[in-house]
Amino acid sequence: MSRRQRLQLVRGGIYALTIAALALLFISVDWGALGGALFKWDVVQKQFPDILTNALRNTIIFTIFGFIGGLSLGLLLAVMRLSKSRPYRWFAATYIEILRGVPLLVTLLILGFGIPIATGWSWPNPYVQGAVPLALVAGAYIAETVRAGIEAVPRGQMEAARSLGMSYTRAMVTVIIPQAFRIIVPPLTNEFVLLIKDTSLISVLGVTERTLDLARFGRNGVNDSANATPLVVAGLVYLALTIPLTQLAAWMERRSKVGRR
Amino acid sequence: MSEPLVELRQLHKSFGDNHVLRGIDLTVAKGEVLCIIGPSGSGKSTLLRCVNLLEQPTGGQVFVAGVELTHRDCDIDKARRATGMVFQQFNLFSHLSVRENVTISLRKVLKMKRAEANARADVLLNRVGLADKASAYPAQLSGGQQQRVAIARALAMEPSVMLFDEATSALDPELVGDVLGVMRELAEEGMTMLVVTHEMGFARNVADRVIFMDGGVIVEEGKPAQVINEPREERTKKFLANVLEN
Repeated sequence: MSRRQRLQLVRGGIYALTIAALALLFISVDWGALGGALFKWDVVQKQFPDILTNALRNTIIFTIFGFIGGLSLGLLLAVMRLSKSRPYRWFAATYIEILRGVPLLVTLLILGFGIPIATGWSWPNPYVQGAVPLALVAGAYIAETVRAGIEAVPRGQMEAARSLGMSYTRAMVTVIIPQAFRIIVPPLTNEFVLLIKDTSLISVLGVTERTLDLARFGRNGVNDSANATPLVVAGLVYLALTIPLTQLAAWMERRSKVGRR
Repeated sequence: MSEPLVELRQLHKSFGDNHVLRGIDLTVAKGEVLCIIGPSGSGKSTLLRCVNLLEQPTGGQVFVAGVELTHRDCDIDKARRATGMVFQQFNLFSHLSVRENVTISLRKVLKMKRAEANARADVLLNRVGLADKASAYPAQLSGGQQQRVAIARALAMEPSVMLFDEATSALDPELVGDVLGVMRELAEEGMTMLVVTHEMGFARNVADRVIFMDGGVIVEEGKPAQVINEPREERTKKFLANVLEN
């Protein structure tokens, strides 16, 4: 038997085993019970329209503010990390290390609860209380992504810009950063998707009916209905949000490649 | 041709322990075309990059159009407008169209209106023979076309001196001619030019003066016919023998 025939035989065996296992699973599962616990139609119907008008809306609000804040901060931190000034570099590096190293859950609790207790100051509203810690953490991750993007822009671009009389800052803003952003569209989309999902942690800060996010809405639904269906619905709504986004990013990436070559 | 436009005095440049320029004195008159030749590592590109302070000299002075660029209080961004530079790797801004490449400095540095900047760009693109490529992106152009856009981009700021850093070295042989043609026209129009090049034909036919550098010093300088055809120094003879052999 040749090497190639042997490989084909092994591959055929793996396929056969996988199909057999799936078939066994399919037969052994009690579909009625599973459907009743995870996808009960009347419970599905009860989720609407609140899951869209309230929970989805809140998740989007937290994500958008978290991302805009995180992107602005990330850009600033990235430029600081690449600065000639040692205190700037040191500050940015320390900030990034700390906020990337501490779990978001812990940061949320410290900023959301700890700071008000320690200082007597209170957050103006629950949206700000949730979005600000989210943005501060997202900024740390995005800073590293942006820095990698800036470093990937060829050195000659900066030299050409400076040779035309642009200041360092002007060259960064008009030449380097726009090119860096084209490079980092894929990882930045990744950050955005992670952020959508991270908003589910904000509910540890306590929520009012008005500020429920998707995940919390699902959990509350489980308590109300004594059935897991609301979580499945919430999961599907997350997917409805994230899949179009990753597709959009893939399209943008293809388009910018056409422009480059 | 008497007024000095570029003047280097006792210019030194080191990268760490590597002493690349070892005391260069050089004066370039207005309207003069100076070709700088020499083996790789001789410091000729570094010399050129010191003229617009892309490299900060470790010693000595640089004067361009009467301004000392090496002076502590010099506004370098403003002073650089007197020089235009063309790079070996073109360095066009890949996210901008050809026209935007030419107008970006006009609009962002000189705060010129878009329409006025576009009008100037179109004149320049026409001059380098690329008027029909104004809306294209750099990646859609050949190397020779990209380099001609880069020349138009540098000219847009109306510099008093143009610096060419091995402008044809990265090009396919059949594309070199177009770029050299544009450079020759520029020289004929009276532009002051410092040209680092391996194109001996260009140096011989277009340059007013040729300097040969080796080991961070100017070994020999003179009329192109003299330096290229009848070099006096041993090192120059050896270099030219190697270059002209191919």
